[in-house]
Parts: sequence; structure tokens; C-alpha cells
Amino acid sequence: MGIEKFHYDNKVVKYFAIATVIWGAIGMLVGLLAATQMFAPEANLGSEYTTFGRIRPLHTNAVIFAFVGNAIFAGVYYSMQRLLKTRMFNDALSWINFWGWQLIILSAVITLPMGFTSSKEYAELEWPIDIAIAIIWIVFGINMIGTIIKRREKHMYVAIWFYIASFITVAVLHVVNSFAIPVDFMKSYSAFSGVQDALVQWWYGHNAVAFFLTTPYLGLMYYFLPKAANRPIYSYKLSIVHFWALIFLYIWAGPHHLLYTSLPEWAQALGTAFSIMLIAPSWGGMVNGLLTLRGAWDKVKEDPILKFMVVAITAYGMAVFEGPMLSLKSVNAIAHYTDWIVAHVHIGALGWNGFLTFGMLYWMIPQMWKTKLFSRKLANTHFWLGTLGIIFYALPMYVSAFTQWLMWKEFTPEGILQYPNFLSTTLQIIPMYMIRAFGGLLYLSGVFVMVYNLIKTAKAGNFVANEAAEAPALEKAVSKGKEYWHRVWERKPIFFTILTTIAILLGGIFELIPSFMMKDNEATKIEAVKPYTPLELEGRDIYISEGCVGCHSQMIRPFRYETERYGEYSKAGEFVYDHPFLWGSKRTGPDLHRVGGKYPDSWHFNHMYDPRSMSPGSTMPPYPWLLQQPYDLEGLPDKITVMRKLGVPYEEGFEENVEANALAQAKGIVKSLEADGIETVPEAKIVALIAYLQRLGTDIKVETADN
Amino acid sequence: MFKHYFETIDNVEIFPIISLSIFFIFFVGLIWWVIKADKNYINKMKSLPMEEDNVTFKNDSNDEKNH
Repeated sequence: MGIEKFHYDNKVVKYFAIATVIWGAIGMLVGLLAATQMFAPEANLGSEYTTFGRIRPLHTNAVIFAFVGNAIFAGVYYSMQRLLKTRMFNDALSWINFWGWQLIILSAVITLPMGFTSSKEYAELEWPIDIAIAIIWIVFGINMIGTIIKRREKHMYVAIWFYIASFITVAVLHVVNSFAIPVDFMKSYSAFSGVQDALVQWWYGHNAVAFFLTTPYLGLMYYFLPKAANRPIYSYKLSIVHFWALIFLYIWAGPHHLLYTSLPEWAQALGTAFSIMLIAPSWGGMVNGLLTLRGAWDKVKEDPILKFMVVAITAYGMAVFEGPMLSLKSVNAIAHYTDWIVAHVHIGALGWNGFLTFGMLYWMIPQMWKTKLFSRKLANTHFWLGTLGIIFYALPMYVSAFTQWLMWKEFTPEGILQYPNFLSTTLQIIPMYMIRAFGGLLYLSGVFVMVYNLIKTAKAGNFVANEAAEAPALEKAVSKGKEYWHRVWERKPIFFTILTTIAILLGGIFELIPSFMMKDNEATKIEAVKPYTPLELEGRDIYISEGCVGCHSQMIRPFRYETERYGEYSKAGEFVYDHPFLWGSKRTGPDLHRVGGKYPDSWHFNHMYDPRSMSPGSTMPPYPWLLQQPYDLEGLPDKITVMRKLGVPYEEGFEENVEANALAQAKGIVKSLEADGIETVPEAKIVALIAYLQRLGTDIKVETADN
Repeated sequence: MFKHYFETIDNVEIFPIISLSIFFIFFVGLIWWVIKADKNYINKMKSLPMEEDNVTFKNDSNDEKNH
């Protein structure tokens, strides 16, 4: 068998690595800005484009899809070529993957601050960008499978399995969760509504964490940790069991994001059970990583790359233990809507994803530039800045979570809420928000130290764009009779891919299908719940566009301390016309599900103009532009048509009266404002928003009155 | 509630039993295979990431660690 000569493509890896660093710095900088706004709302720079509701999704998307996304591509393109002993399948596909992905990120950077959002967490981008994501992701998949097919190494190393599973699952999740009907070029309504939309969203959201932030990184860990430690993984057998168990179980756990909500009880229980089971494979992976370093801990002391990796794996271990704990209903009651979740995700993002990426970059860049790392000392400085950053970020969030939760549920001996004003519970944790922002600053400054170090490293070396390599050609597979089945699978990438797909689809199907059937089910229907009026629908779109859902939930849980504060707990039937659902997952401000009728129109008007005039000390940013800008009256008929397509029972021909209907309702609000000495026009955005806010949760009040 | 939606499908109660069996048999088989797996093969797979150093340029960061 002849030895074949070929070249590894380092150039595309280099580009992805540079993109990782640049977008990482930008994403974290936006995060720091958002964190600052939580204690100093003036930090919104007085602009709608940089106000919290709009930059919060920018931060999460930039960190997940730009920073982590590019790091995945860099690591996969680097390790895959070497593990399979071949160049990537097709250079053109590699570059389409690179530039396509950067363009998608760029479009997110432009559209999210402009207020174009679907409001579904980590899936905020509007439909044209969703289509682009699907295309580029499939290009990546074709390039990956193509590379596997033309490989020179008979068996696929475990890292490759993780890459395959990640590709397949993210594709399925993204496509299903993005089902929507477009209204115009940058606006669409989710095909699902209410409970069903929530379930699909968190089936997606949870597995975006699983298959974008976890499984690709486990693949990277299985490659880069042995490289950096210069010793093979502790147990290859464990990695096999760990892989299959993880992909079988992960997909079921989504409903744990919706505990105590209007989601059916069986789905909540399903989510909890699978989340607890997940501890086993997750810790299998962590243990496998840490034990790889057995007998080499002296190296960890000296080598900053290993330090980063050890902290990354430890953070992974902590986050995947915390996750199942948070899935227990009683624990979830504390964590849901508080900063506990924020702490939890940042242990994962800063610790696991961030630190593994840094370790990988510090290892990979000197390799590709054929030189040594410029400064080990600076890398150590980065390590400590990052570690302290994580601590200063996470600890205050745990304190603030418990503080706020205890204040929410505190009753006086007379049985009334001790802190009836929600704002007082937020003001209590302001110091924690300040410390958190400081933690973020530390972490980000570490990244800048890394940028300097890596630039210096690259300058000292010579980049090898095409690295020469040689390997024997792959023999045609001949069955030698006695071979074990898993070994045979590893030689059949397509078959392996299909099996992986089956494993992840099983969970999705069993979790989602019952809820699709629920749509036609009369059990959850409440007669009093009627579709939104055109003006309310427009107001709802403004609510979505401004990102109000980032700080305000619309889901009152069945606890006495919630019903006392907000009113009757939320029922599944109240959300049947909500495309998309707006339950939210964090309460920086109070729940709004029953805010309708609670305050006069003028209160909302003044509050949106200057929140502090109505709630002294409020940390909500002002929205003066809502008083100036007109809403899109002409666009309303199309919105009604799309809603009807989605099953909202607007009468045929209603489109023709939509504008008149909206204006009539708007004039009523203008009149009521006038009575309080406020002048405005019926076409102002604020009027539509007030119409929506005043409608919220009132359908069921009507029902109670009737009874 | 779960049961309610599936009531219309004939013999629906066999579904969860089939899925549980698939899971159970798969994992028992997997663990059986892992335990019985050929040691040489496992070692070969394990060392895959380390292998390429023989064919490509050896990086001095590794050398540095060894010295």
C-alpha cells in the first residue's frame, strides 16, 4: 500500500480562529454594556439601538453563534483533517462556510439592534437569516461528511462522532423551531402558539445548549486535551458509552425550562426525569477528561493551556450537576426568573466554552505558525483574570437570586406580602449587579491579554497555510468475519449518521407530538379568551421588537406568593392565540401577565416616557421614541391574514376594516390620555403598546366576573 | 393527559414498551460490546490523536514540555 502525500488546510482554520477572537471580544463587550445597564440604565447611551431589550439578544447570539460557533468550526476543521488524515472534502465549501457564517453574524449585528426579532431565545433572528443559517449549516455538514468519506483512517475517533451528532441535531432543531409564516421581509409569526410554542422553543433552547455548546466541545475536548497533555484519553470505552447515553438522553430534557408553567404536568415530569438521568453521561465525560491528566498534574501546574482545560472541564462538571438539580421542581421554583439561571449559564459559557476555547487557541496557534507561545506569563495572567472574572461574575448572581426569591415570597404575620413593590426587590440586589459587571470586565480584560499574546506569537512564527502530511491510502474494507458491530459502524459514516439521527429524533417525537395534537384539543380552551384586536396585535409586536420579554415574564406560577402579587395564575388556554409565546425566563421587572387594567393609560404613558417618574429609582430604561414613532398601520391587514392562516379565528373580510378598527380603539386611548392632560396622536407606537398592555390577562377576569 | 392524546391509536400501549426495549437492548448490547472489546483496537483508537505527530512537523511546545 503506497504512502500518499497531501496537505492540511490551515488557512481556513486560521480565519475561523481570528473570527472567534474578534467576535468573542465584541460579544463580551456587548455583555458588559448590558450588565452595566442593569444597575445604570443611563448606560443605554440614550438610544433605542443600544437599549437592554435589543442588545441582550445581540450579546447571547454573539457569544453563542459568533464566538462559540467560530471556535467550533476552527476546532473541527483543525482536528478533523488530522484525525481522518485528509484535507477537508472541498476548499470552496470551507470558504462558503466561513464567509457565509460571518455574513450571518453581521446581519444579526445589524438587525437585532434595529428591533427585528422573533423573541424566541437564542433563535431571535428573523426568517431570511434563519434560511441562510440552515443553508450554511448544511454546507458545513456536507463538507464534514465528505471529509469522512474520503478519509485515510479506517475508524472514526470519538471526537468525530460528537461532531456528526452536533451537526445533525442542530439542523433538526433549527429547522423545526424556525417554522414561521412571514408577514413581510423582516417580520414573521411563529407557526406554533402558546404552550406548544413554548415546548418547541425549549426543546430547541435546551438542545442548542446541548448540541451547540456541549457536544461539539466534548468532541474538541477529546481531541485537544490529549494533544495538550501529550497522553491519550483516560478511557476510550467510557467515551463510547458516554457518547450514546448523552445523545439519547439530552433531547428529552427541554421541558425542565418550563416547570410550574402552564405546560402539561406529564411534560414537566418527563423533562425532570431525563434531566436527572443526564448526570451519569455528563459526569462520565467530565471524569474521562480529568482522569486523562492522572499522573500529569505536575504539568498542569506549569502549563497554562492545561490550566485552562482543567478549569473548563471542572466548570462543565459543575454546570451539568447544577442543571439536573435545577430541574427538580422545588429548586426550580427558586431559580426560574431569578439570577440563578444567569449564574448557571455563565459557569457554562465563561468556564466551559470560554476556557476550552482559550486553551485550544493557545495550543493551536503556535502549532500552525510553527513557533512557541510568545509569553507563558501573559497566558497565566489571562488564566487568573478569567478565573477571577468567573468567580466575581457567578457568586454575586447566586446571592442576588436567593435574596430576591426570599423577598418575593416573604409574607408579614398578617399574611400580606412583605415587599409588595417589586422594585424594592430589584433595588436590593443592585450591588450584586455592580460586582457582576466587574467580574465581566475582568474576564474581558483577560481576553485582550490573550489577543496581544496571540498576535505576538503569530508575528514571531511563520504561518503554514498548507501543512504537508502523508498517510497510507485507505484499504477497501474487507470483512474478516469476526468483527464486533460497533467497530463495523465506525467504518460506515453514513450508517452511523442515520443511527445518531434516530437517537435524537426519538426524544423529539415523543416530546412534541402530543403537544401538536393538543392544538385541536378542546380541553385547554377557555371560551372567554378572544384574539387580539388589530391595535393590540400591533402593540404586541412593539413589545416583541423592544425585547420587553428579556426582563418581564408573562407567566404567573401557581404559588401563593405569585398569585398575591400578580393575580390569578396563568392557564394554558389563555395563550392559544399567542404567536409567539412571551412567557419569558427572567424577571428583572415584574410579571406582566395580569397588568391589564391595573394602572390607568396615563400611568403607562408616563412610565414609558420616564419610568422613574412613576417608580422612583426604577432600573427600567426610558422609551421616549415610542411617543414619537408611528406604528405601521398599513401593515396591519397582512398581519391579520397571516394570523388567520395560523388558525386565529378572525372573521373573513376583517382585513378591510382593520385600519378603521385600530384607529377607533387608538382614539379611545388618546381620549383617556387627554382626560389626564396628555396629548398624543392615535398613530403613535405608545398608543398601540398601551392597548396591548391593558389587554394582558384581562380575558380571564371577564370570565370570573361572569361567574 | 398524555394517554388521552394517544387513545385514538390502536394498541398504543405497545409504543412505550417498544421504545423502552429499544433503549434497554441497545445499551445492554453497547455495554456488553464495550466490555468485550479488543484491547488492541481500543488502544489504537485511543492513540489516534497522538499519531499524527509522527507524520507532521513536531511542535516545539511539546518538546518544551518534555524537557
